[in-house]
Amino acid sequence: MRKTITEINEKITKGKAVIVTAEEMIDIVRSRGAKKAAMEVDVVTTGTFGPMCSSGMYLNIGHTKPRMKIGGGHCYLNDVPAYSGLAAVDIYLGAAALPDNDPRNMVYPGSFSYGGGHVISEFTGGRDIRLTASAYGTDGYPRKKLDTWLNINDVNEATLFNPRNCCQNYNVAVNQSDKTIYTYMGILKPSLGNANYCSAGQLSPLLNDPFYRTIGIGTRIFLGGGIGYIVWPGTQHNPSVSRNKKGIPKEGAGTLAVIGDMKQMDAAWLRGASFTGYGTNLIVGIGVPIPVIDEEMAQFTAVTDEDIQAPVVDYSRVYPELEKGILGEVNYAQLKQGTVKVKGKQIPAASLSSYAKAREIALELKSWIQKKEFLLTEPAVSLPGPENGIKIRPLKERPVKE
Amino acid sequence: MKHKLHRIVLKFPQRLVNQPIVYRLIKDYDLTFNILKGYVTPDEEGLLVLELSGDSKDYNSAVKYLQDLGVSVDPLSQDIQVEENKCTHCGACVAICPTGALELDQSTRKLHFHKDKCIACLLCVPACPVRAIEVDF
Repeated sequence: MRKTITEINEKITKGKAVIVTAEEMIDIVRSRGAKKAAMEVDVVTTGTFGPMCSSGMYLNIGHTKPRMKIGGGHCYLNDVPAYSGLAAVDIYLGAAALPDNDPRNMVYPGSFSYGGGHVISEFTGGRDIRLTASAYGTDGYPRKKLDTWLNINDVNEATLFNPRNCCQNYNVAVNQSDKTIYTYMGILKPSLGNANYCSAGQLSPLLNDPFYRTIGIGTRIFLGGGIGYIVWPGTQHNPSVSRNKKGIPKEGAGTLAVIGDMKQMDAAWLRGASFTGYGTNLIVGIGVPIPVIDEEMAQFTAVTDEDIQAPVVDYSRVYPELEKGILGEVNYAQLKQGTVKVKGKQIPAASLSSYAKAREIALELKSWIQKKEFLLTEPAVSLPGPENGIKIRPLKERPVKE
Repeated sequence: MKHKLHRIVLKFPQRLVNQPIVYRLIKDYDLTFNILKGYVTPDEEGLLVLELSGDSKDYNSAVKYLQDLGVSVDPLSQDIQVEENKCTHCGACVAICPTGALELDQSTRKLHFHKDKCIACLLCVPACPVRAIEVDF
């Protein structure tokens, strides 16, 4: 038996659809079996709330009077430099951008207390941010300087556009060296002092649809507390990595590029983050609804933390030097229980992604669908799967000799 | 005799920073102590985070002695807070905490701060991505 997305949407509008979270689906499939679960359940909601570096927003601020061509000039949002290589009044700000006068890691480890991620969060929350811009002036755009407060309600468009979010799986980071290191995976104590991971595991969107059978370009999602869309495979989408018997990738694999109107988002689900010694980031809340179109999808959405393995990677040498090799594999059930065994040593494990918030997102998305405020979409195009043979590559560096 | 462990923050006004106050706590009040943190700046007040234990009568007299001198005495737990409206309950602070004072509840997956276990090492402060741990010494 197979259900179409159109049929599922009809059930949603009639108030007859059964929607459960990916956590709830585990017990349903365990007690009733995948075949029955596929008949009974229509949609499984997922969620994740973690730092996602490749995130940013673009704004169209509206034309100034007299006109000004910020494109080709310079501009700042709360002293954080934004990209001004677009048209006259379109600007883009990325989560990792830092004020020019931030000391970075000059005093190591730097604190990185404020950057693009924080600006995006504050702007979403309705706070005024200061826009300063300078330009060279042209006949049609004579103005050269601008210094103004800017509010999300006053700009034409405020669009969150994140080129890479929602990683399907991720490394567990450890430190084998004899000094503390500061990474995007948090502070790692020496001699395998701790292990940090970053995934919602069994609640995570792409781990519930490991071969992207239902998630694709055009999928409507929960994004930053509002509605967004998947617009493309994320950068470094890498579906051809090794997978376990259940088809779950055993390392980082698929990723998503997502977009959405920030005016209907909520700053509680887009949070600025500071990684000591590394930089700034944006913590993004994403929830993807998965239509249970058949028995196989029921089985996939019943994935548990025990089913998902992650590679343990040394961030003191192997990661920075782009070397190969892992220190072992652990599963998310072990990680969540708080300690994992690496090289014979029991070490404390901590998450950078909030499981409590991932759970809230899955429940929120479930209630939207139950209230008929959110319908599922048929992807226009599927994301490339393992059959496409796509493999990400390191930079092919060809040093320039002059 | 009731022995209890007290973690307290002492703040000294400038006029007291060169007096051997901790010595008096040991000698006159028979308390054992462990200094968790301490600093004195020349123009400002001194700060000492102590773990004290001893007979509860002696402890109370010692606190009175300190307060009479003009030293402020506050429980350590008041000075380190996890801001509930900022914390995302990710747990990034948990593995960095050497005493298990920060812990994720296994069922709710929410953060619990066991103040009685905190030794004010402050390792958690830079480990929190949203800077939700506030220290007010």
